[in-house]
Amino acid sequence: MVADAAPSKLAAERPDAAFGLQIRAWLARRLEAVAIPVGAALLGFLLFGLFLAALGKSPLQLVEIVWRGGFGSPFALGNSLQRAAPLLFAALCVALPARLGLVVIGGEGAIVLGGLAAAAAAQPLAGLPAALAVPLMAGAAALTGAVWIGAVGWLQAFRNVNATIASLLLSYIAIALANHLIEGPLRDPASLNKPSTLPVGDAFMLGPMPMIGVHWGLGCGILACVIAYVLMDRTTLGFAARIAGGNVRAAQIQGLPVGRLIVGFTALGGAFAALAGYFEVAAVQGTANGTLAAGYGYTGILVAFLARQNPLAIVPVACLLGGIEASSGLIQRRMQLPDATVLVLEGLLFLVVLLSETLYGRFKLFNPHLWAEKRAAASATPVPA
Amino acid sequence: MAQLPFTRRRLLGTAALVGLGSVARSQAQAATPLTVGFIYVGPKDDYGYNQAHAQAAKALKGLSGVEITEEERVPETNAVEKTMESMINLDGATLLFPTSFGYYSPYLLAEARKNPKIQFRHCGGLWTEKDPPNAGSYFGYIAQGQYLNGIVAAYATKSKKVGFVAAKPIPQVLNNVNAFLLGARSVDPSITCQVIFTGEWSLAVKEAEATNALVDGGADVITCHVDSPKVVVETAARRGAFVCGYHVDQSPLAPQKYLTGAEWNWLPIYKDAIAAMQAGKVPAHFVRGGLADGYVTMSPYGPAVSDGARRNADAVKAAMLKGGYEIIKGPLKDNAGREVLPAGKAYPEKAAEMETTNYLVDGVRGSV
Repeated sequence: MVADAAPSKLAAERPDAAFGLQIRAWLARRLEAVAIPVGAALLGFLLFGLFLAALGKSPLQLVEIVWRGGFGSPFALGNSLQRAAPLLFAALCVALPARLGLVVIGGEGAIVLGGLAAAAAAQPLAGLPAALAVPLMAGAAALTGAVWIGAVGWLQAFRNVNATIASLLLSYIAIALANHLIEGPLRDPASLNKPSTLPVGDAFMLGPMPMIGVHWGLGCGILACVIAYVLMDRTTLGFAARIAGGNVRAAQIQGLPVGRLIVGFTALGGAFAALAGYFEVAAVQGTANGTLAAGYGYTGILVAFLARQNPLAIVPVACLLGGIEASSGLIQRRMQLPDATVLVLEGLLFLVVLLSETLYGRFKLFNPHLWAEKRAAASATPVPA
Repeated sequence: MAQLPFTRRRLLGTAALVGLGSVARSQAQAATPLTVGFIYVGPKDDYGYNQAHAQAAKALKGLSGVEITEEERVPETNAVEKTMESMINLDGATLLFPTSFGYYSPYLLAEARKNPKIQFRHCGGLWTEKDPPNAGSYFGYIAQGQYLNGIVAAYATKSKKVGFVAAKPIPQVLNNVNAFLLGARSVDPSITCQVIFTGEWSLAVKEAEATNALVDGGADVITCHVDSPKVVVETAARRGAFVCGYHVDQSPLAPQKYLTGAEWNWLPIYKDAIAAMQAGKVPAHFVRGGLADGYVTMSPYGPAVSDGARRNADAVKAAMLKGGYEIIKGPLKDNAGREVLPAGKAYPEKAAEMETTNYLVDGVRGSV
């Protein structure tokens, strides 16, 4: 767009450099989107290293432990991927609304209600073939999450209620509602000291994925990220959503249905989050209970921001976060550090990546229009920006 | 995991290198220390449930031939499976104590089936004959401690109202609420107990709100059953109420206002299991006990406890130490007026009926 204008003008003056310059400009812009967050993450690790050194612990040992605990063996990798699975869905619930300019932080509630809906749906479906019941359970979860987070979008779009606050408060309500149902009407009378719903039954449970031994939530989560990316970055619908996120007035003047876009994409985000709850019930626990509120929704916020709300970037970031969490046990056991150490690391990463947002467009290396400005200044012919 | 045998061998190799020098585990069984893993759902220093276990684990560190490996704040999700596997594969643990109630099903059961040579003992009493033979459970009858708390509270209260901050209305918690009130009523039948359920095991803000609400409602002795009583104890003491502790000794948090407390003592259970392992035997599958077995103890009396209270509580404690003490005795009604037990009937601590309590006894204000 604006950035393209300068090099193409330059290229028009010097046709020989045209192709090479365009490639470089394209590459530079792509590189910026990777280099700044990666650089910020490295800085975060560096700061954490200083923190550890101040405590008298070895930062290098930490690197070694994170590698060994999170990535260095098939067991470690499986451990990381298992923890990444729910984060993929949870992060989408933040990333999709974020592209429309909404900060939704209440994904936890959709996860809990999604899991509960799946467990509740399993009861009337008992006896049906799994091929029919499994998608129905997942559908019940997704629908519940879509309604819950879609309501946040509706409140924002049509009642001007701040989505951040509405989603957080609705999340508390969701968890309270789920607890009430799990401890009341939906309680399995046999679950005495840990109130839970009736088990969904082995027939409706999902096995592990072949080869890696992690449940299907991982594969479906990656697929969801790809679908979300295509929808957001490769379709007119996604384009319209991004316009609405960039400038609501401009989008309205263009005649875009901003309200419906907001409700639609928040609902989609909620449906994805609810699927995290579905897999927690149908692939892990076999029943819905209080542990559905395990904090995935909150870690998902971190993942989405680290991924800069890009659905494709969510996949590696979730795996990284999963790896850090997987190695937290070894950090405790080998370095005699409290569990909160990992929270400090995650907090530092979050802070540094947020701060790095201000760096976009400032490095000449990544910004073709800055190259052009310099050349233009040299030849004393100002280029209109 | 299809590639598990390969993985486990490799990881055991790593464990041998890291922890045990270059000696292969199988060749040096006698010289190899027994590695025992402890897993906690919250922080080890929570002045509560987790600290009670961590305290015992710490005491084990002095034993010869025993290595302790610990992990705190492990959620009741499949993360705990990975922690167990990691302790087995990387630390060489052969005896595991995953202490939180929610670890048992399906996580501990799955790991016990996957690792038949590893012993798993779980806190909470869920194990039955149908479960894997390398699993087991242990628990204590701590309602006895709450009964003694109630006796001491009865001498301290002036308003004749005591308060209880409870997590969830489940049998174990209800037994404690009932025991606290019955203990108090054994001294003065006019005492009532208001209970507030917070709905979560650990929710500091609600626990503080509940404590304040109880004190506002006139209660002047407060006790609780939440994972970490720290907030309740500190808030109650700040408001001028007396406190009875739970899980561990909380007297450092409120030295003047702390009366006494019901504490866990898991050390004998852990020592017995370790001794069995070292003797090449399988640790007991189902261990339960109370004051008489040393699994439950009482905090030392605080400065505000009168001589009369001490004498009464000590006498009942002496009776409890003989075993078979009946807290739930007929005639007894619940607080909705329904009969729990007719005259002449009673439940001793080991009665199966105590596992399914779903009522609050007459005198407790609140509902399940």
